[in-house]
Amino acid sequence: MKSRIPVVLLACGSFNPITNMHLRLFEVARDHLHQTGRYQVIGGIISPVNDHYGKKDLAAARHRVAMARLALQTSDWIRVDPWESEQTQWMETVKVLRHHRNELLRSLPKTEGADQGRAASPAPAAVPELKLLCGADVLKTFQTPNLWKDAHIQEIVEKFGLVCVDRVGHDPKGYILGSPILQKYQDNIHLAREPVQNEISATYIRRALAQGQSVKYLLPDAVISYIKEHGLYTRDTSTERNED
Amino acid sequence: MENSEKTEVVLLACGSFNPITNMHLRLFELAKDYMNGTGKYRVIKGIISPVGDAYKKKGLISAHHRLIMAELATKNSNWVEVDTWESLQKEWVETAKVLRHHQEKLEASACDDQQNSPVLGRPGRKRKWAEQRQDCSQRKSPEQTKTKGVPKVKLLCGADFLESFGVPNLWKSEDITKIVGEYGLICVTRAGNDAQKFIYESDVLWKHQNNIHLVNEWITNDISSTKIRQALRRGQSIHYLVPDLVREYIEKHNLYNSESEERNVGVILAPLQRNIAEANTEEIL
Repeated sequence: MKSRIPVVLLACGSFNPITNMHLRLFEVARDHLHQTGRYQVIGGIISPVNDHYGKKDLAAARHRVAMARLALQTSDWIRVDPWESEQTQWMETVKVLRHHRNELLRSLPKTEGADQGRAASPAPAAVPELKLLCGADVLKTFQTPNLWKDAHIQEIVEKFGLVCVDRVGHDPKGYILGSPILQKYQDNIHLAREPVQNEISATYIRRALAQGQSVKYLLPDAVISYIKEHGLYTRDTSTERNED
Repeated sequence: MENSEKTEVVLLACGSFNPITNMHLRLFELAKDYMNGTGKYRVIKGIISPVGDAYKKKGLISAHHRLIMAELATKNSNWVEVDTWESLQKEWVETAKVLRHHQEKLEASACDDQQNSPVLGRPGRKRKWAEQRQDCSQRKSPEQTKTKGVPKVKLLCGADFLESFGVPNLWKSEDITKIVGEYGLICVTRAGNDAQKFIYESDVLWKHQNNIHLVNEWITNDISSTKIRQALRRGQSIHYLVPDLVREYIEKHNLYNSESEERNVGVILAPLQRNIAEANTEEIL
């Protein structure tokens, strides 16, 4: 019986704020990989982007990390990792992937030595694979000139792998066909279907909040409370670039 | 407009809620923001009224569970609540009657307020509301009639509900007239143009178009109960599509599976049965 390859899913992004749709990406991706029979998803990581990314209306990283943490309270397999957001400058996604893969390798139980007199242990557990999780819109951005280095795109799909959840108005298969690099490594690109269309964009959330409208049931209650407590995404803060 | 001049509104949503989802709950939020935003209304309460088992829809699990899930879902809401009256009736109840029930309840309650008698929030009063209203109008003094108007119940729904008015034998035409004429409809939809067209093409709806409020849902949020049940049958996750307490309850009781989906297969839907039977009776007479 062939054993499944353990997988950890890593999602990078602004998470400004985190929404139910972001959380769904993980659930849909996990279901999809399990369905193939080849993988066992053992963990998920949310890595909010660094403040120096310079995106408009980006709330401070400490808030975005805190909100993600609150959102993940009811998840038993996904966690938020602040490493990327704590670096002194913005870093390319491939570097974040490399970092987390190194961390994964470091945390594996050592198999040489320390046998402690037991019979020869069975084949060492398979090394978990770290895969980048994203929506189809991110796959499309690979085409945007100068946004990604070609070498990085190649490393991501060749050395790591991509799990891409489809989104209304996008054509992931088309994006793959339109790129030689993606086509070459298409076996390492998993396209997952979201059975329930759920276009909760963070942009919409921010706009609704600025207009004093309800966003309940679009993101976890704990995140909404946090946003209110800290006065985030009000009409005033939308003109601020950097807090603190 | 002063708060005291605004019409107070109660939003009533009827449906299977099989199970309740985040989308159902969003309807209330969107409708409340919209109605309050017009400046003419003040939404004071939302009511979820799950349909009774006698509705006989395919895959409909027992009202007992659907009620509990709706209550779990609204635990963290300070204005939306669940009402059990409709689901506890032995026979299926037409939507117009559910609206009437709730409107009468509001009127009886407002009457109590006027008399300064303690308002009993819980059901269990023995007197019929009709009696109470009669009582009330006999006792009202001139000063007391200046208090604010009775809140109005309005039916909250999605576009599919509006379009179901066109399904043969599903609705009595006099009920549709009552719903849009006497009460009013708040329809949350992404396809505003289609809904407007539908209203335009119906004489009854067109006549009462001022009583039909179309609320735009800008983001696609297709979390239908059907898809939730399908996901559960396929062992797929429903995390973040329904409130966590609802998800845990479903898992704990293994509510939805291929077996539950087969309930009422081959059974005719209650409104169809009733309306066809009545039409036949009329023909015979």
